[in-house]
Amino acid sequence: MNVSSTGYNFAYLNEQTKRMIRRALLKAVAIPGYQVPFASREMPMPYGWGTGGVQVTASILKPDDVLKVIDQGADDTTNAVSIRDFFKKTAGIATTEVTKDATIIQTRHRIPERELEANQILVFQVPIPEPLRFLEPRETETRKMHALEEYGLMHVKLYEDISRNGQIATTYAYPVLVEDRYVMDPSPVPKFDNPKMHEMAALQLFGAGREMRIYALPPFTRVKSLDFEDHPFEVQKWDEPCAICGTIGSYLDEVILDNSGNRMFCCSDTDHCRSELENAAEAAQ
Amino acid sequence: MTDIPVLEVEGLNKAYGSIAACRDISFELWPGEVLGIVGESGSGKTTLLKCLNGLIEADSGSVSYLPASGEAKTLDAMSEAEQRYLSRTEWAYVHQHPRDGLRMGVSAGANIGERLMSVGARHYGNIREQAIEWLEKVEIDPSRIDDLPHTFSGGMQQRLQIARNLVTAPRLVLMDEPTGGLDVSVQARLLDLIRSLVRDLDLSVILVTHDLAVARLLSTRLMVMQRGEVIEQGLTDQILDDPQAAYSQLLVSSVLQV
Repeated sequence: MNVSSTGYNFAYLNEQTKRMIRRALLKAVAIPGYQVPFASREMPMPYGWGTGGVQVTASILKPDDVLKVIDQGADDTTNAVSIRDFFKKTAGIATTEVTKDATIIQTRHRIPERELEANQILVFQVPIPEPLRFLEPRETETRKMHALEEYGLMHVKLYEDISRNGQIATTYAYPVLVEDRYVMDPSPVPKFDNPKMHEMAALQLFGAGREMRIYALPPFTRVKSLDFEDHPFEVQKWDEPCAICGTIGSYLDEVILDNSGNRMFCCSDTDHCRSELENAAEAAQ
Repeated sequence: MTDIPVLEVEGLNKAYGSIAACRDISFELWPGEVLGIVGESGSGKTTLLKCLNGLIEADSGSVSYLPASGEAKTLDAMSEAEQRYLSRTEWAYVHQHPRDGLRMGVSAGANIGERLMSVGARHYGNIREQAIEWLEKVEIDPSRIDDLPHTFSGGMQQRLQIARNLVTAPRLVLMDEPTGGLDVSVQARLLDLIRSLVRDLDLSVILVTHDLAVARLLSTRLMVMQRGEVIEQGLTDQILDDPQAAYSQLLVSSVLQV
């Protein structure tokens, strides 16, 4: 699909909007972890379905890009399928489900298990970009706290977690400190994925459509999960391997199988699960 | 006592539109001293207090504070970051309504620990130990450390607010009617507590109250305010036993005798 034949612009957004978003992206990359306001547009999907991520993706998409979209690690869920189709239709770009073939990966709630490379960009869909929001509802105040590096409140939340649950019970959207400066909400990825953000080779972009904020982690940025000296940061662990591919050490989803309480645990990253299966089959031959 | 005041206020003015809340107020607060400010409702007591720790910006005049580091500095000359740092380390502000001064959504322990964490405490066990210690100091059962403040009575909330403020060992404590709205027996215990804390921790305190009994019990020096002006100041006993200004006389004679 090209511009002259359809009258529509490449990748849905008009060039002025893309320019505005790219400027916000450049600023975000220049100040890792800082939330840059941008004039978020109405998108043909409801808020909460990735309007921020879609705008970021549309602004960085080139005709030769290969797009992968995941939702909770899976390529075949409604959100992932519809956003992939959206860009297939409006930009005519190639899409893939294979992590290593993709140049841009838009994600909701997961970072792929496979280590990302320097030529890839990871775009996060973010519902609430402000990590301090639930303790300090005033946006004027939280902005001031970011500006003056007053982050004691974040530990008040972790303290509450420990005092109520005996451990830090925050399992997703676990706050991180970026380059020893800005505290950032890594979007609702499980804390299992937090260590992957640290010094990742790929560029990470975060778009919050409803909240009109963009932030970013340039490649090889230091990202530290907040914790206490006597309650260090830990990621989730499972006692069993994936029920489908049999690998250990990936993030597992619990799947209810029937009404009598049978369940299984399998990889949430569907591409990782499939490639592990293929590798095992190859090795068997 | 040193020869430099902790707080030096000169010619402070603050007006809300055409209403002058504070008019040309000057005074000094010396280390270890408790200064009472009394006056009727609307006489500018709370406004004055809020100007002193930067919650409200004064229209003119200067407030100069002597930090622990030793160099006196006016609020105007401090950056916002400095002011906010002082207000969670060396300054404390006890609000009239504990709900204004407490974080109602988190437990008592987190309320006390917040100031510690805001200055860099990152050891859960130590923070909790200090919280328990302070709960004991303000006579709250330490087993309630994980309860939310709204499950506390008014008097307990007020004591929790005091603990939360004093945990970082501030040098200057501003109290706005700390005993307002409490029944007399709770009031008496709270006054006892404040008095012993002031003595033990060598605090410099400014205490705003409309209750002369509270002023007499706690403060060494007294300022009487009316319509935004200081009309009389001196030693507490001197003013209460021998008031000079007409309004002070009225105030002293209005105290109910039981």
